[in-house]
Amino acid sequence: MAASVIEIQGLRTAYGKTVVHEHLDLQVEQGEIIALVGGSGSGKTTLLRQMLGLETPASGTVKVFGVDLQQADNAQLQQLRQRWGMLFQHGALFSALTTFDNVAQPMRELRTLPEDLIRDAVLLKLQMVGLTPADACKMPSDLSGGMVKRVALARALALEPELLFLDEPTAGLDPSLSDSFVELIAALRDAMQLTVVMVTHDLDTLLALATRIAVLADKHLIAYGTAQEVIAVPHPFIEQFFLGGRGRRALQVLDRQ
Amino acid sequence: MQKPATPALGVDPAQPAALVASGTWQVHGLAHAGVIGQLDAALASCAAPTAWDLTQISSLDHIGAQWLWNAWGKTRPPGLVLADGQEEFFQRLEQAGSLTLAEVPKPRWKQLIRLGARTQGLTEHLFGMVGLIGQLMFDLRRFALAPLRGPWKEISSNIYHTGYQALGITALVGFLIGVVLSYLSAQQLHSFGGDIYLVNILGMSIIRELGPLLAAILVAGRSGSSITAQLGVMRVNEELDAMLVMGLPHGFRLIMPKVLALAVAMPLLVIWTDAMALLGGMVAAKLELGLSPSYFLHKLPDAVPLANYWIGIGKGVVFGSLIALVACHFGFRIKANTESLGAGTTSSVVSAITVVILADAVFAIVFNGVGF
Repeated sequence: MAASVIEIQGLRTAYGKTVVHEHLDLQVEQGEIIALVGGSGSGKTTLLRQMLGLETPASGTVKVFGVDLQQADNAQLQQLRQRWGMLFQHGALFSALTTFDNVAQPMRELRTLPEDLIRDAVLLKLQMVGLTPADACKMPSDLSGGMVKRVALARALALEPELLFLDEPTAGLDPSLSDSFVELIAALRDAMQLTVVMVTHDLDTLLALATRIAVLADKHLIAYGTAQEVIAVPHPFIEQFFLGGRGRRALQVLDRQ
Repeated sequence: MQKPATPALGVDPAQPAALVASGTWQVHGLAHAGVIGQLDAALASCAAPTAWDLTQISSLDHIGAQWLWNAWGKTRPPGLVLADGQEEFFQRLEQAGSLTLAEVPKPRWKQLIRLGARTQGLTEHLFGMVGLIGQLMFDLRRFALAPLRGPWKEISSNIYHTGYQALGITALVGFLIGVVLSYLSAQQLHSFGGDIYLVNILGMSIIRELGPLLAAILVAGRSGSSITAQLGVMRVNEELDAMLVMGLPHGFRLIMPKVLALAVAMPLLVIWTDAMALLGGMVAAKLELGLSPSYFLHKLPDAVPLANYWIGIGKGVVFGSLIALVACHFGFRIKANTESLGAGTTSSVVSAITVVILADAVFAIVFNGVGF
């Protein structure tokens, strides 16, 4: 595919008089893993919501798979929504449905797949994210935070999306869990040729996964490139974020590799 | 976006017992109407395939692979030929082994168990309400001993939300009911020539019975549901636990202010609804029977003895407290999921209205003969 998976041009987001994004441009190519970083309140999640069509830009265009989200008709949008998956920050599982039904929901929504195929496919997805069939009958309120994230990822992957959005995928997970999460995403990227856009604060996740890092500050992208390229950009936020104590430690690991 | 070619399954022309899969074996291809049926038919047409050729498949995903895997009886078929990159899908499926959902045991004695659960639920509700009232008494004592340290802000904000903001809807409904009642009674009374008794009928029924009941039903629907939903969302957000951890007892900071606020606001709303309903009745009486408002107002004190006003106001206090208690009771029982929130709010409103009507019946029996 020659066209970019995501193409944002001159995006401006504003709520009343508060301007969140101004002249923001971003391009994501197929097979990339893009990490969005920025201080809290810098509009990372809002940018993600713009890409998903949950927010309306004040001006500028957002194109996903070459489709302008503001111009697209319902059929186009519906087709688009089957090609992407989103992992919300707090999981956003349907609390009235069991784990199994949560993951089965997108498949059932297609209305043509036989139930036994759905059952096998759901159990396979749950196994891929490290859950057992015994967990499948539990309600979301009975799951731990890490399990909720895993179920939400299984649901986001249910329709084998080409594009995956992750909002803080490893926040609230213990280090070993987040390591296995990182491995999981990397394995899935290889197996399913995923393009991933993620918002994260976790430097380890960021450096382990991201092919490019987009730094959001001052209402637009101040840097966009590999970790080395981004660190070279002189900006107070980048210095704080990457060159503080934690950042140095994480970068040392990167250098050794 | 071009539509993907649908998956297809056909017999190899060179080898009649060999099946060839082609097209895009991805979930969106499989999901096209009728595709699964065609595949099943193609599979059935070849009784015992000796070879499978998957090299014609342009792209495969886990759901497509799963379909093939299921068609093979969850094991590798003889003579399987794979293209590059397809191996790992089947490896994963092979590793996964047979994953089965745990069977949920079928309940026996269904009806009996349901009856038992109902009874248990009812007793739980009764005990819960008794406990809630007991807790309220302790909190009221604490409030009475140190009134300055009481939750005044919560009380006043609750009075504003449950009382002041309900003025509009109670006025509208009260006025309309007054008009309806007046028209109906006027027609009946006119045929007996007892036009002037309209004041007695309207005054008595509205002040003693309809005003308090109407206000209570409206407030139960309006404030009862909002109290239950608010407490439910606080449970979902763990705000209730946060309050306990900070040493803010639920009873003193959440329940008592709501009960006190409704006990204060309800009688005032009852008076307001009474006035509006009488106004409606008065307007209709003027239009229908030509009864002048000044006559209506002059006659009212004689027609309705003062005791009825006090009964109406007393009903307001009792109904208000009951609505708040029932709403709090159901609010605290909500579990951390959306379904429970919806069910809890529904049962809260239904129970609050039922309890109010029950209490009204008790009032009717206890004050039988008072105020005539």
